[in-house]
Amino acid sequence: MHDRGYYEAFGGAFIPEVLSATFDELEEAFRSARNDPRFWKEYETLMSTYSCRPTPLTFVGNLTEHLGGARIYVKREDLNHTGAHKANNVMGQGLLVKRMGKKRVIAETGAGQHGVATATMAARFGFDCTIYMGEVDVERQRPNVFWMERLGAQVIPVREGTRILKDAINEAFRDWVTHMETTHYVLGTACGPHPFPEMVSYFQSIVGEEAREQILEQEGRLPARVYACVGGGSNALGIFHGFMNDGVELVGVEAGGKGLRSGLHASRLCSPDASIGVAQGYKTYFLQDSDGQMRETHSVAAGLDYVGVSPILAALKHRGRVRFEAATDEEVIQALALTVRKEGLIPALESAHAFVQAFKEAPLLSKNDIVLINQSGRGDKDIFTIADAFGDPEWQQFIMDKGEKYRA
Amino acid sequence: MLESYLRERLQNRDILLMTHIVLGYPSFEDSYQIVKAMVEGGVDLMELQIPFSEPMADGPVILRANQEALARGAKVRQCLEFAEQVCSEFSIPFLFMTYYNIIYKHGVEAFAQNMAHSGIRGAIIPDLPPEEGKECLEAMERHRLAPIFIFSPSTSLERMRTLASLTKGFVYCVARTGVTGAQTSFSQDLQDYLKRCRSATSLPLALGFGVKDRADMDFLTGKVDIAVIGTQTIRLIEEKGVEAVGDFIAGLR
Ligand SMILES: Cc1ncc(COP(=O)(O)O)c(C=O)c1O
Repeated sequence: MHDRGYYEAFGGAFIPEVLSATFDELEEAFRSARNDPRFWKEYETLMSTYSCRPTPLTFVGNLTEHLGGARIYVKREDLNHTGAHKANNVMGQGLLVKRMGKKRVIAETGAGQHGVATATMAARFGFDCTIYMGEVDVERQRPNVFWMERLGAQVIPVREGTRILKDAINEAFRDWVTHMETTHYVLGTACGPHPFPEMVSYFQSIVGEEAREQILEQEGRLPARVYACVGGGSNALGIFHGFMNDGVELVGVEAGGKGLRSGLHASRLCSPDASIGVAQGYKTYFLQDSDGQMRETHSVAAGLDYVGVSPILAALKHRGRVRFEAATDEEVIQALALTVRKEGLIPALESAHAFVQAFKEAPLLSKNDIVLINQSGRGDKDIFTIADAFGDPEWQQFIMDKGEKYRA
Repeated sequence: MLESYLRERLQNRDILLMTHIVLGYPSFEDSYQIVKAMVEGGVDLMELQIPFSEPMADGPVILRANQEALARGAKVRQCLEFAEQVCSEFSIPFLFMTYYNIIYKHGVEAFAQNMAHSGIRGAIIPDLPPEEGKECLEAMERHRLAPIFIFSPSTSLERMRTLASLTKGFVYCVARTGVTGAQTSFSQDLQDYLKRCRSATSLPLALGFGVKDRADMDFLTGKVDIAVIGTQTIRLIEEKGVEAVGDFIAGLR
């Protein structure tokens, strides 16, 4: 491996020797695909015929009026097949797996979105599929587990560590070091060892390419600010890509959980609880203690509940190109409720983090300014989590009645 | 020097035995008793694993030992103190095994200095390939510590030669793909792989992953210089307690 995938001081490939040859192979496959213009064409065709690309860019007039400042646009990644931007990365890697001639895919999942997307891709392409999911997430995301299993994937609950996303990643790596001859690991975000951060953001760049074109078409000018939520960083890097070389302010919003001073959050780039370290194969900011042991994280949004963050975003923070903020669980629920009520849009809890920050800032901007929010996924399929977050009593009664019926 | 120690030991023994323990599991006192029993039982060198919350290359048994040790409050500082104690009390060489973040977070130079100060002879860092290891290798060199690199069955001969030029003392060959603790079949394939390892370097070779009993040691005798036992002693301690370690080791010698 020659290019180690460094962004400033972040990234790299801290991998066990067993995987060295596998990463060489993956890097070579990615490089050759990227240099083949037919590959991107094939990708675009797949995404426009099997998913919903290009996804629309929606002007949200009621929210704009309600907030009384900048004109607000929403990029609709929720309209992808399987309901989130995760499909972009997964279908892209699926095409790569075909080129490499492998027959089995594995993936980690937190919220279950990436797991469902991977299981869908595997069903479509005829691959065997195993999904690793922390036991805590299996419990809170049963509907996604149900669909992954219907799609033919084997879902393995991970009982090690904190039993959430990072532990699922470790388990997926353990599977991979055992079966790398036949298996590709479809990492779900722009993290992990090189070339994953580069590869995942390459596939997600389609979001930003489209959004830039669409805003120019609809408004004839660029937005002042672009907002995206940040878990691992893939949807943020996707939309930011389109505006990287423009004078557009880019804002990444992390999970503030119960507040940055509560110790219960997942903010790696805005909180003093994070520092630079090396884990899961790459160097970035991690939520860790002074010995280098990873801390527990918390977010109402399982997809943001992660200890590390894309090395590309860590570098963009160092360079001052992207500003990072955090939104608390409570703010997220409010922004979600407002968006549903005013626009009939249902953002995923993850995506709602971006809405929080945009709603805070839009009123302070002029009416001539434009802001753009990436709605990375849809919330209606996470009804169990969202209903819990809203604490809806009638929903709870419904579930209890349902439980009674099953017991009978 | 580690290599000359190993060569000297090999004059009197057909195969050396390296054992592995997770520090602070089940407790630091137990770790001490285990080390003592192992040294008395005739172990030639030992790896002391500093627990880490994300031990990516370890299988379920060692993974859980890492977690348990941390849950019981094991700290890096205690591991360094423990190392200093056993290095001064026992005459065999001790190595650290840990993941790079533990070293990085401590400060690479400070960690190397502490290792040398406590009498540790070198380190096995499974997630630090040489491409990422420049700073760490330089610090270890300054403090005359041996970095131990790993060969795997998927490592090309050319890469084996590169790794061998950087490792000091010996090369750690993993017997198969996968993580620690799974079954290894001691077969013709393994024999072919070990021949390839041998052709890449004249340094002593250690073989680990799946070595568990006398029969495995016998198979390896004449093929490698050091047999490594990791998971099996942890299983033994979990099933039969720390007291069983002495007899187990003596039975291998
Ligand atoms: C809808 C949605 N948005 C965002 C994320 C966070 O990931 P990333 O930061 O890689 O976009 C997830 C992860 O599961 C998700 O499901």
